[in-house]
Amino acid sequence: MFQVRFHGRGGQGVVTAAELLASAAFREDRYAQAFPSFGSERMGAPVMSFCRIDDKPIRTREPVSEPDALLIQDPTLLHQAGIFEGLRPDGYVLVNSARGAGDLGLASFVAEHGKERLLVVPATQLALTHLGRPLPGAPMLGGFAALTQTEGPVSLGALLAAITERFTGKVAAGNADAARAAFDFVTDELKGVAQHA
Amino acid sequence: MLKQIEGSRAVAESVAMCRPRVICAYPITPQTHIVEALGAMVKKGELNAEFLNVESEFAAMSVAIGAEAAGARAYTATASQGLLYMSEAVYNAAGLGLPVVMTVANRAIGAPINIWNDHSDAMSQRDAGWIQLYAETNQEAADLHIQAFRIAEELSNPVMVCMDGFLLTHASERVDLPEQDQVDAFLPPYMPRQVLDPDDPVSIGAMVGPEAFTEVRYLGYERMRQALELIPAVEADFGAQFGRGSGGLLKLYRTDDADLIVVALGSVLGTVKDAIDELRDDGLRVGALAITTFRPFPAQAVRDALGDDDRLRRLVVLERSLAPGSGGVVTADLRTALATGDGGPRDAIVSTVIAGLGGRPVTRDSLRRMLTSASRGALPAFSFLDLDRGLVDGELTRIRATRRSGPSAENILRDLVGRP
Repeated sequence: MFQVRFHGRGGQGVVTAAELLASAAFREDRYAQAFPSFGSERMGAPVMSFCRIDDKPIRTREPVSEPDALLIQDPTLLHQAGIFEGLRPDGYVLVNSARGAGDLGLASFVAEHGKERLLVVPATQLALTHLGRPLPGAPMLGGFAALTQTEGPVSLGALLAAITERFTGKVAAGNADAARAAFDFVTDELKGVAQHA
Repeated sequence: MLKQIEGSRAVAESVAMCRPRVICAYPITPQTHIVEALGAMVKKGELNAEFLNVESEFAAMSVAIGAEAAGARAYTATASQGLLYMSEAVYNAAGLGLPVVMTVANRAIGAPINIWNDHSDAMSQRDAGWIQLYAETNQEAADLHIQAFRIAEELSNPVMVCMDGFLLTHASERVDLPEQDQVDAFLPPYMPRQVLDPDDPVSIGAMVGPEAFTEVRYLGYERMRQALELIPAVEADFGAQFGRGSGGLLKLYRTDDADLIVVALGSVLGTVKDAIDELRDDGLRVGALAITTFRPFPAQAVRDALGDDDRLRRLVVLERSLAPGSGGVVTADLRTALATGDGGPRDAIVSTVIAGLGGRPVTRDSLRRMLTSASRGALPAFSFLDLDRGLVDGELTRIRATRRSGPSAENILRDLVGRP
């Protein structure tokens, strides 16, 4: 089972992102479960959502406490207590920011876990460029598909299909373009990491 | 058709295929997505029904009663305080024998105010005369609604489909939604037993005095007895039509050689089954009994399922609500079922565990710990899963020390924030 925890703020679309990931996995004939953290979802308040992907039916209903990957849609949440709690020792972290990991105070994490496990992607900027709105959900998922390619919980193709099913017209196209751009961005970053290694 | 879909949406699509003529609802979390989706279908003309935005839950059930009395298939949904506000009309629907179908998206009851999941709302209406079915997954939630209309109309008795708020209503998972023609073949058009018809006038809802009230009530009791036979028959028909098992009175999981059985209702059973598999790997002989039909309580089916040999030593009832001053609602019914009638494990030790109140997650780890302790005979007769004893003791100390100790909920929240 592959488990993902999304961290963001109310209004940033973390619930939609988790649902999109589940739909993409479903398209690849896998079982998926997406659900929100069920708080009082106020605009701007820290919120979480979860997604599980497996090859067999998923029965558990407990929150994801030992994620294989964290998608952090708002970098101001990075220093919230417990944000990395339960993360698999070699788990993945994708942070949405236009700044580098060092600037975000993540240098020690990167030193410990390796650059190929924690990457920063400017998802909000990509969303503004391609969608015209600061909604980082789709590009975060594109980046996630690139970051986790070796384990392959989801492919970019399935994600793009899920995005086009969920949205229509310009919103669908913009989200898909932003996801693709983030996928390419993270793929390039990973190549850079591999070259320096 | 297989879909990856939010539970509420799956239920809305399933209800729409049952062709209700009247949908009336007042919004309350976590039920809202269901009636929102149905409202949108009516507005788009995809569903030929009257959608009534009413001013309260009391009005929602009153409209459903009126619609049914006029011969229209009626549906509504609510949760928590909404169900309590509706309560008077809930009893009336059953007393009149009108086959309303209602979803309860289970949520805690205040105070303290809490929007999260437990079973306190539906349990508060357990004696209202409604049939109560509890869904374990969103697949079952969708399927139970189709069965609910059939059961309700055949008996002329209302049916409540209970699905865990948020845990099911807001979870996106794989659901196989039927085709319209399959539902049409399974659910015949509504033929009301009683109807307000200007061409053949009757009155419904007359006052009944001591001379006949008991007899009218007896008929409600009799309908519940009939439901115990009808529900398994509908489950079998559903299986034949749709090719999957959903509904019924109860279900068993790995109980064959079990000496410890967990009894539970609703979506917590998924986590319970995962915990059971892990405990089985550790060599414990654990199983689960899922109560799908809670009203009528399937006492004989429970006794038959548990058997009467003495291998079964312990039953742990996982209660998703608390009956203050008594203990557990389900436990009381289970104990009565074991103490009366034929068969059943009369010597099994029954423990009550109150779990998952107000949205507290019921985790596999906690279940494993609790069941391991039960298998060693160390589980008390009554306990709370994951109770924060420190918080409780802090407030109890304060109450003993000061007369004006203040509001407990706020005191406890302050203690929680102030913890190192």
